[in-house]
Amino acid sequence: MYQYDAHDQQIVEERAAQFRGQVQRRLEGSITEDEFKPLRLQNGLYMQLHAYMLRVAIPYGLLSSTQMRKLAHIARKYDKGYGHFSTRQNIQFNWPKLADVPTILDELAEVQMHAIQTSGNCIRNTTSDHYAGIAPDEIEDPRPYCELIRQWSTFHPEFAFLPRKFKIAVTGTPDNDRAAVRFHDIGIRIVDNEAGERGFEILVGGGLGRTPHIAKVCREYLPYEDLLSYLEAILRVYNRYGRRDNKYKARIKILVSELGIDEFRSQVEAEWEQIREGALKLVREEIDRVRHHFEPAKYRELPERDLSVLGQSLGGDPGLRHFVRNNVERHRQPGYCAVMISLKARARPPGDASDTQMDAIADIADEFSLGRIVVTHTQNLVLPDVEQARLTELYARLAEHELATANAGLLTDSICCPGLDFCNLANARSIPVALEIGERFDKLDYLADVGEVSLKISGCINACGHHHVGNIGLLGIDKLDEEAYQLVLGGAPGNDASIGKIIGRAFSRDQVVDAIETVLQVYLGNRQGEDERFIDYYRRVGQAPFKEALYGDHKKG
Amino acid sequence: MEIIKRGEIVTSSWQHLTDDQALPEGKVDVTVTLSRFVEQQSALAAYGGRVGVRLRPGDELEPVLSQLQNLPLIAVEFPKFTDGRGYSLARLLRDRHEYRGELRAVGNVLRDQLFYMHRCGFDAFELQEGKSVSDALDAFAEFSVRYQAGADDPRPLFRRRAASA
Repeated sequence: MYQYDAHDQQIVEERAAQFRGQVQRRLEGSITEDEFKPLRLQNGLYMQLHAYMLRVAIPYGLLSSTQMRKLAHIARKYDKGYGHFSTRQNIQFNWPKLADVPTILDELAEVQMHAIQTSGNCIRNTTSDHYAGIAPDEIEDPRPYCELIRQWSTFHPEFAFLPRKFKIAVTGTPDNDRAAVRFHDIGIRIVDNEAGERGFEILVGGGLGRTPHIAKVCREYLPYEDLLSYLEAILRVYNRYGRRDNKYKARIKILVSELGIDEFRSQVEAEWEQIREGALKLVREEIDRVRHHFEPAKYRELPERDLSVLGQSLGGDPGLRHFVRNNVERHRQPGYCAVMISLKARARPPGDASDTQMDAIADIADEFSLGRIVVTHTQNLVLPDVEQARLTELYARLAEHELATANAGLLTDSICCPGLDFCNLANARSIPVALEIGERFDKLDYLADVGEVSLKISGCINACGHHHVGNIGLLGIDKLDEEAYQLVLGGAPGNDASIGKIIGRAFSRDQVVDAIETVLQVYLGNRQGEDERFIDYYRRVGQAPFKEALYGDHKKG
Repeated sequence: MEIIKRGEIVTSSWQHLTDDQALPEGKVDVTVTLSRFVEQQSALAAYGGRVGVRLRPGDELEPVLSQLQNLPLIAVEFPKFTDGRGYSLARLLRDRHEYRGELRAVGNVLRDQLFYMHRCGFDAFELQEGKSVSDALDAFAEFSVRYQAGADDPRPLFRRRAASA
């Protein structure tokens, strides 16, 4: 965990006090709603369909058990007893009262948390790989850099009123991007140059929303000490020249695509030349200081076990076997593993956890995972430091709280936006579709047979459910005042990034789950063996067999 | 009108002329738009009062750079407080081009943005009409810690931490 020092603590406390004053002035009427809106947004307070939603920042997804207990407490005391873990590794509370929010921020500050810049046209929470710091394939832990970016971007005086929101993601595993860096305004990959020196590849202009873009390479290699000055140069070019005439064309991806990456790059590089030797140059001591603020995990010396054998040796309980196969990941420390807690149990909205579940997870993290928890961009949680020998015991504990759903990475581990149940932008509901899919496909053996596939559901073209990068995506639309869903196939967020394509005419709410079943049947009936994943099959055969099965004969459209 | 300048409430007599407003009689201090400043240089040079430049958010700085150190005042317009381009202009004027004269935020200038504006190098603030100038004075003291370098500290916090460690 990154441990705040006195400066960090002072800032979050002063921020809570500032917002208390702003709310007070709003309630008195000395500032208008228009003037107040950006202030509340930059404190994570967003107006949804029925009420305010408070989005609390979880920098790079990392939580202590103490922080998780605080979130449980907030859910219980100020909300309706649950919270929603989001695709940006944050948590959202759906029902806080405006007058309570300053007190909630005070409570968060007590555990080194805040809601700073979780909404609004500013630099948002920096996200990262949910296996950061433990993945065997990682070349360097990206979180100290994320924390440096967090500090640089927190209350950055120049960049609080950008043309639009701005999201940065960092991966330390260049060969296996689990942070979707190619779909961020800036994506950062830790890499080595040909001389073996550590630095970054800087990608720019990725994003989802109405016009999905895969990020382009802005700089193939940036020395590590230039990270912040280079980010500042990109942000300055964007702040000055990003479009402000149309909010749907205001993201940096549009600027990059209108200028062309070469022209954009040359503007950034010209700006950067002016500032690269300035005060933002990182010194190795600072990176080390930040790294030291991440308490190192106190691992025991343990023998490594073979996880594939472990799952089979666990005997009778098929749930446990599936759990070990699907929800357990290798760890770089011998004898340890990472365990995914799926928040996609049947009949629960994806990403939601109740206050009692959050308390239970905190206790379980203390007992089994050195008190740490990680939020994933797939709306799940990870226990990052579990001893392999204790998996059976852990599974039983999780199961007591309906937290042992063995579907990580499978079809029903879907990503889903709040949809029309909560959001005033949505055209269609998302959560009920996810729930129906969870019910239809609840047999673990069937899910295991389908294997690795990602399903992502957005209730409108703003794409909060990331449907563009789902192997299977659903996009809610309004078709003659009825909810309908377009089916999108072939998206992927990682190193093999691709944007899915709409397969054809939209499906009604009644038809949509059948359509997904049809898609799965096409795949299962035609794949070249179990090793050919859904996405591989799709890339091999394209849309044709799916179109035929979905719309063939008289249904052509 | 009352403005905030270097942390105090003072009276300002500067007039912001639109492009079709003639130069006043007498020696009133005026600001003009960048295009007027460039196009009417000789007329402005002959004017009896002081002349400052008023920048729009999308203006480029090149046309004023050669005369920067002679300018008594640069005003940066915020047509809407959510238009953040003026912050970059301020930083470029101060940090890159070392402008040392008065840098004034004008337009939709509100208390809750003053802290950021000040950090970017603005030292004078004409608040939106109808807003309390004395209330706005409180905005500068809301934060005692800043992560970034700014007009109030040339070093980012990480440098200061390294120095004190």
